[in-house]
Amino acid sequence: MDFTLKIWRQENAAVKGKFVTYQINDISPDSSFLEMLDQLNESLIDKVQKPVCFDSDCREGICGACGLYINGRPHGPDDAITTCQLHMRKFKSGQTIVIEPWRAKPFPIIKDLVVDRSSFDKIIEAGGYVSVNTGGVPDANSIPIPKANADLAMDAAACIGCGACVAACKNASAMLFVSAKVAHLSLLPQGRVEAKERVRKMVDTMDELGFGNCTNTGACEAECPKEISLTNIARLNREYYAAKLS
Amino acid sequence: MSNIFSTSIGRKLLMSLAGIFLLTFLVVHLGINLLVLRETQDAFNIAAHFMGTNPVIKVFEIVLFGGILIHIIYGMILSIQNGKSRPVRYKKDNHSQTSFFSKYMFHTAIIVGIFIVIHLFDFYFKAKFTDVVDSVTINGKHYHDLGELVIEKFKMPVFVFGYIFAFIFLSFHLHHGFQSAFQTLGINHKSYTPIIKAFGVVYSILIPLGFAIIPIVIYFFR
Ligand code: HEM
Ligand code: SF4
Ligand code: FES
Repeated sequence: MDFTLKIWRQENAAVKGKFVTYQINDISPDSSFLEMLDQLNESLIDKVQKPVCFDSDCREGICGACGLYINGRPHGPDDAITTCQLHMRKFKSGQTIVIEPWRAKPFPIIKDLVVDRSSFDKIIEAGGYVSVNTGGVPDANSIPIPKANADLAMDAAACIGCGACVAACKNASAMLFVSAKVAHLSLLPQGRVEAKERVRKMVDTMDELGFGNCTNTGACEAECPKEISLTNIARLNREYYAAKLS
Repeated sequence: MSNIFSTSIGRKLLMSLAGIFLLTFLVVHLGINLLVLRETQDAFNIAAHFMGTNPVIKVFEIVLFGGILIHIIYGMILSIQNGKSRPVRYKKDNHSQTSFFSKYMFHTAIIVGIFIVIHLFDFYFKAKFTDVVDSVTINGKHYHDLGELVIEKFKMPVFVFGYIFAFIFLSFHLHHGFQSAFQTLGINHKSYTPIIKAFGVVYSILIPLGFAIIPIVIYFFR
């Protein structure tokens, strides 16, 4: 397969970037999107040009490191996958593919397609953990948790912190990410203890970092590789009101 | 600790409460407006008089203006902040599967906002603060003949078009807004949310349609 790639190139956060067009041929339909970029980089290195920087680590959809905005969609034209899980057969040969970095004020560009997502770490540091002493490993089923809650917590815990929700949102809101973390912990007895403080601090930090306000457009849910549901945002709102108004 | 109304979620809470209040107000307003289509405008004039003078309604009037202001002011703050959250825009903007109207809440709101201002000058302020509105006597009592004013206005094509135009955009605003308000309040439920959404779509079509029918009927049939 042959493609025309329009890729955002930017040396660092301080300088202006621009789109550079590359032609790439003979790509296997079975190669992944990142393998295609690897091939592009090989060819650039052969020509003694700077390779395109992008993030990746596990390359199997579990770490959350990868993330490219491909033809107007975070993680590209397939649902419920990360960029590393995207295959070239999802495109048409001869197609032009526009590749951009996540764009949000709290995600400054480091280089080319790599953005600094430490804003997410700051939100987690504000309260996305359990610091009470929960003792040793309890015996199985010694802490009864309703199956429904366990399932909801497990679904929320699937968030890998990739930032596609922020990238997709027209407001660059981080509500889906924050809601997944808050819901995950607030549904379990160990997390309940610090629930109020957690939700207050995480939301305040999210606001301070400059993420936008949620207007319930649902773009986040549509693009989340882990299919985190908007119901988590409703839960976050409930948790927040309960914490603030008590 | 920060004040709840200075945080993103807190502001949305106020917006949604004000929005829901406006949604209920619209139903009452439409109910009264439809009276103007009766044989005579007496019922409409009496209802308008009641709305303008009843002490309980006066209190609600303050709440209503407060609600509109809160909704508009917070809507503006929210939209400005959201713009700032993405200083560099995408080349290929948002192709995600989302509700179409949710992307244009601010744009639809601007048109509705302009309409509200013109509307207030056309009817509300006229009746309240000037005496350009004619008087009419119904059962020995004097009333402002607002009904006649409405009919006069809607004999002019500009008003008919302007009015219908504004309500189309209100419909767009409420198409997303109705269900959005409930999500903001934290109400999201497996079986009730689809009902809220369906009801919201029906509301966002029927209520603006109800308003828009009035100028059409007056223009063609009065
Ligand atoms: C100048 C007038 C108005 C402005 C500037 C305005 C602005 C906005 C904005 C920016 C939003 C945010 C989008 C969102 O949260 O989804 C919104 C939502 C909403 N608007 Fe308006 N609006 C106006 C008039 C109205 C009117 C007249 C009504 C109802 C009769 C209304 C009902 C709603 C509702 C129910 C929401 C959803 C609230 C939420 O999600 O929490 N708006 N409005
Ligand atoms: S909620 Fe989904 S899109 Fe957002 S960071 Fe988590 S996994 Fe990524
Ligand atoms: S590289 Fe780990 S999720 Fe894509």
